[in-house]
Amino acid sequence: MVIGTMIDSIKNLFLGASDRVSAEEKTRAMQKPEGEIKLEVKDLNFSYGDFRALKNINLNIPTKKITALIGPSGCGKTTLLRCFNRMHDLYPGSRYEGAIIFHPDGINIASPHIDLLDLRRRIGMVFQRPNPFPKSIFENVAYGLRVNGVRDKNLINERVEWALNSAALWDEVKDRLDANAYSLSGGQQQRLCIARAIAIEPDIVLFDEPTSALDPISTSKIEELIIKLKEKLTIIIVTHNMQQAARVSDYTGFMYLGELIEFDRTKKIFTVPSQKLTEDYITGRFG
Amino acid sequence: MFSSVAHKKFLDKLMLAVFFTAGFITIFITIGIVYVLLSDSIEFFKEVSIKEFLTEKEWTPVFATKKFGIWPLVAGTFMIAAIAVAVSIPLGLLIAIYLSEYASVRVKEIAKPIIEFLEAIPTVVYGYFTLLFVTPILQKIVPDLEAFNSLAPGIVLGFMILPYTASMAEDAMKGVPQRIREASYALGATKLRTAVTIVIPAAVSGIVAGFILGASRAIGETMVVAIAAGMYPNLTLDPREPIQTMTGYIVQVALGDLPFGSIEYLSIFAVGLALFVIAFVFNSIALWLRSRIREVY
Repeated sequence: MVIGTMIDSIKNLFLGASDRVSAEEKTRAMQKPEGEIKLEVKDLNFSYGDFRALKNINLNIPTKKITALIGPSGCGKTTLLRCFNRMHDLYPGSRYEGAIIFHPDGINIASPHIDLLDLRRRIGMVFQRPNPFPKSIFENVAYGLRVNGVRDKNLINERVEWALNSAALWDEVKDRLDANAYSLSGGQQQRLCIARAIAIEPDIVLFDEPTSALDPISTSKIEELIIKLKEKLTIIIVTHNMQQAARVSDYTGFMYLGELIEFDRTKKIFTVPSQKLTEDYITGRFG
Repeated sequence: MFSSVAHKKFLDKLMLAVFFTAGFITIFITIGIVYVLLSDSIEFFKEVSIKEFLTEKEWTPVFATKKFGIWPLVAGTFMIAAIAVAVSIPLGLLIAIYLSEYASVRVKEIAKPIIEFLEAIPTVVYGYFTLLFVTPILQKIVPDLEAFNSLAPGIVLGFMILPYTASMAEDAMKGVPQRIREASYALGATKLRTAVTIVIPAAVSGIVAGFILGASRAIGETMVVAIAAGMYPNLTLDPREPIQTMTGYIVQVALGDLPFGSIEYLSIFAVGLALFVIAFVFNSIALWLRSRIREVY
């Protein structure tokens, strides 16, 4: 983290002051997506301890679309993602300012009074490295249902099958649901984690670099899956793989040093970005 | 300026010999202990049959009619250990859950060394603490509790073995990767649910290994029981009565003036051998469980 920030500061020196974005320019850069808004991030500042990791983030996440967050390491993209389900609250010293409005009910995710358990039921997460529980394949998917009070065995069976099917894993595991989840391959484990996240029917699923630990074939399977999931869900994906962002997402936000530099349709970001910094990153001049 | 190759080679060989000797000494001592236990036990079993040793229900080596049935001592030993474990496992698990899942780093930094310090207190201190402090208090609560009993030392041993039951359980729980906890929290699980249904099952082999090592420690403990449990071999399940443990008996005979080579003298080796076998079995189970902990994820 610290090293990432240092590297970014050095890069910043080389890029020079002229490339930094003025407030006015930035407002222009924040294109409002069409259609319904799921999350409305307003002047979000986030810090751990004395370190301000996110600075004045303004962003609208569209419903049932895939939004990608890209940027060099240490830019705050994962930090922003983990604000949406308040994962930071597991650790001491995190502070939120501003608002993240969760539509349609309009609750403020960044509020200290929010019910975190309910929030995390409604906003699921898939992590960077597959992290199944050391339990059976079945129990991994059933866990979220049990946590949220589902007791009916038939319903649990039904939901587990549905979730594994939706995660394109059912055919591979239906004959060994009692096997330990760690007997699966890395790609299968990650699809199991996706099944686990969607089994409780969240509104949003957050993906934190979900394929960075996987081989290319597993990666393309996960990407296909993510694209299919947007029929039902709003998806936010953090990736440092620009091709991945270009392949799967509808909207892309480019972040740099804790700021959201540009947010627009993915096509636009990757063809005609409005910010020099975005262009430099996309074209591989840094990052 | 540089030392010669021959000199370096010599130093290398010398150090190898030093390391080998150091390692070998520990093995040699263990072999020596087993040899002494076995050879004197064989002398004992020439006079007392193994059958009597294992089937007789009384242990009266200093009476006119000597009987050598190990069970009263085994019963005393296991009762103390059972009480200790019954106190230590629930308490240890609660402490481990608190330290691993709830406590702040600061609290943990203070609490853990204190728990581990319990192991450093001389056991003779525990013994007199039990006899002079714990038993009198318990006598006010438990009717008919005798001055020497297995209840009070059992409870005190339960605290004494917390470094195994609480601290090792906490180590095992700390070993569960954070990303697995995060997966649970991300599904809307509470801390308690995550601790009980995810972290403890994932750490179970390490936790159980700690319990077994703690039990093994309680079985082998000598001073506390010799001081506070009595010197009365007693085949009973009543924790209020005085008893004698295997270790307690060994201390009693070893400190007495029984003639060298007499049957009473030799009996302590047979008891010691039995104790050695029990402790060995317990520790082997614990080690086997501990080696399994790495296979989980």
